[in-house]
Amino acid sequence: MTIPKDLFFTENHEWISVDGKEAVVGISEHAQDELGDIVFVELPSVEEELDQFEEFGVIESVKAVSDVFMPVSGIIVEVNEDLMDQPELINEDPYGSGWLIKVEVKDKSDLEELMDSAEYKAFIEGE
Amino acid sequence: MDYVSNTEQERQQMLKEIGVEAIEDIFDSIPDEVRLNRELDVSEGMSELELKRHINKIADKNISLENYTSFLGGGAYDHYVPSIIDHLISRQEFYTAYTPYQAELSQGTLQVVYEYQSMISELTGMDVANASLLDGGSATAEAILMASRISRNKKVLISSALHPSYREVAKTYGKPKDLDFVEISIEDGVTNLEELEDNLDNDVAAIVVQYPNFYGSIENMEKIKQLKEEYKKALLIVVANPIALGLLTPPKEFGADIVTGEGQSLGNTINYGGPYLGYLACINDRKFIRQLPGRIAGATVDADGNRGYVLTLQTREQHIRREKATSNMCTNEALNAAISTIYMATMGKKGMKEVAEQSYKKAHYLADKIDELEDFEVVNSDNFFHEFWITTKLAAKKVLSNLKEEKILGGIDISRFEEEEGILISVTEKRTKEELDNLVRLLEAM
Repeated sequence: MTIPKDLFFTENHEWISVDGKEAVVGISEHAQDELGDIVFVELPSVEEELDQFEEFGVIESVKAVSDVFMPVSGIIVEVNEDLMDQPELINEDPYGSGWLIKVEVKDKSDLEELMDSAEYKAFIEGE
Repeated sequence: MDYVSNTEQERQQMLKEIGVEAIEDIFDSIPDEVRLNRELDVSEGMSELELKRHINKIADKNISLENYTSFLGGGAYDHYVPSIIDHLISRQEFYTAYTPYQAELSQGTLQVVYEYQSMISELTGMDVANASLLDGGSATAEAILMASRISRNKKVLISSALHPSYREVAKTYGKPKDLDFVEISIEDGVTNLEELEDNLDNDVAAIVVQYPNFYGSIENMEKIKQLKEEYKKALLIVVANPIALGLLTPPKEFGADIVTGEGQSLGNTINYGGPYLGYLACINDRKFIRQLPGRIAGATVDADGNRGYVLTLQTREQHIRREKATSNMCTNEALNAAISTIYMATMGKKGMKEVAEQSYKKAHYLADKIDELEDFEVVNSDNFFHEFWITTKLAAKKVLSNLKEEKILGGIDISRFEEEEGILISVTEKRTKEELDNLVRLLEAM
């Protein structure tokens, strides 16, 4: 399982990719594999402001219903509307077209609480 | 398993087996100060014959609608119940079948629920209906919570012409969710739409109106539709009497997002105020369907391509989502929903329309006659379906008790809700011209 560089991860298996003030958030390859076929995604409204580790949505698979949490505090600037009709994009391309939300990051120091790719790799191997 | 209580000997055996001396020892962990420490204050047992006499004596205090003429309404209506209903629902497959936990084993139950949902959808003009809820009040409350989840707003504009008990239930449900209820006053028996407009803003989760409203009047739905369209987030919840929908324009055409209400009038007898069923239907929007409370039966095909029925979207429900479920409602009123389904199927489109038309015509005939009387006035003028509100110079309580002596239940004394004065009179297709004329004659003589 390859884990892209330059991403940060939570212990709940969300990833975040930060570019300037904006960031993209999704769930990891490992997470989608554990969940199995994803059948529904519930995402927040644009402009909603959420705290780090606050719940922002729900992912439902044939096996389980899981909440997804904000890796950082911020304002939702965009949600992946494609997932409404094609939730399977998360299974197919979790780091690409299966992204969940775009966030305006409030405080970059939030990232210090997260794992980098190497740390996350060790984390899932130890799980 | 036989339902036979155990003997003293068996009890001793069981106590010995688990190593205690007396039954009280099992409850050792309960502190002494919270124990009753005396026998329950319940009288000695009775023989079967004694019990039968006792129960009959209590039952004789009841008034039967077989012997009385009823003009009572306010959410529970005395419509004719075709005899086929009792015959069909007495079948044990219906009578004992709770929506089962291994739901798909009971294809018949699920099929009835599916048919029920389809008929409710057609009647309300909505796209999706759930498998029913407990009653009109709780269904209204669930609709409001649903609207709050969808809009992510807390403010609810609720018409004072919505049934007072429904409002109370809604407020109880809304309290832990911090919902902010704003009651819109009434004017001449309908919701004050200027006041509604003044309170509308983008923080509103829902506008809740009843159709026809508690006082029987039909709200200006066209105007409410216009008001609602200016504020996109506010959902329109219409609490409708399903019998009235046999005649009135379906709420969907006035932009209703959720239609809900009491389903008793669809073939259920009055009983003693229950069990009834609440129905709830919404538009075909993914966000709405995910937030729909309660069970939903769906149609699908099995591996061989045969049609089958399943409980669908269960991940919204409490047994899977626990505290994050869309609702604490994990059940339905399956038997009452079956009754309503059989009723709608028996009556058909034409029959439903006829019940509505006859109720309407008879109610209007009666209202016109009462309005001519010196001491009585109809508040709704002619804007009502089959229920109307009269005010009287006489004491309403006295009027009703006089009628009761003549074996007539003349209506609801609405002062009991401590908001308005007068009597609410409901007329169904069951009332004959003689009964209506008799009521007028008695009122005139008072």
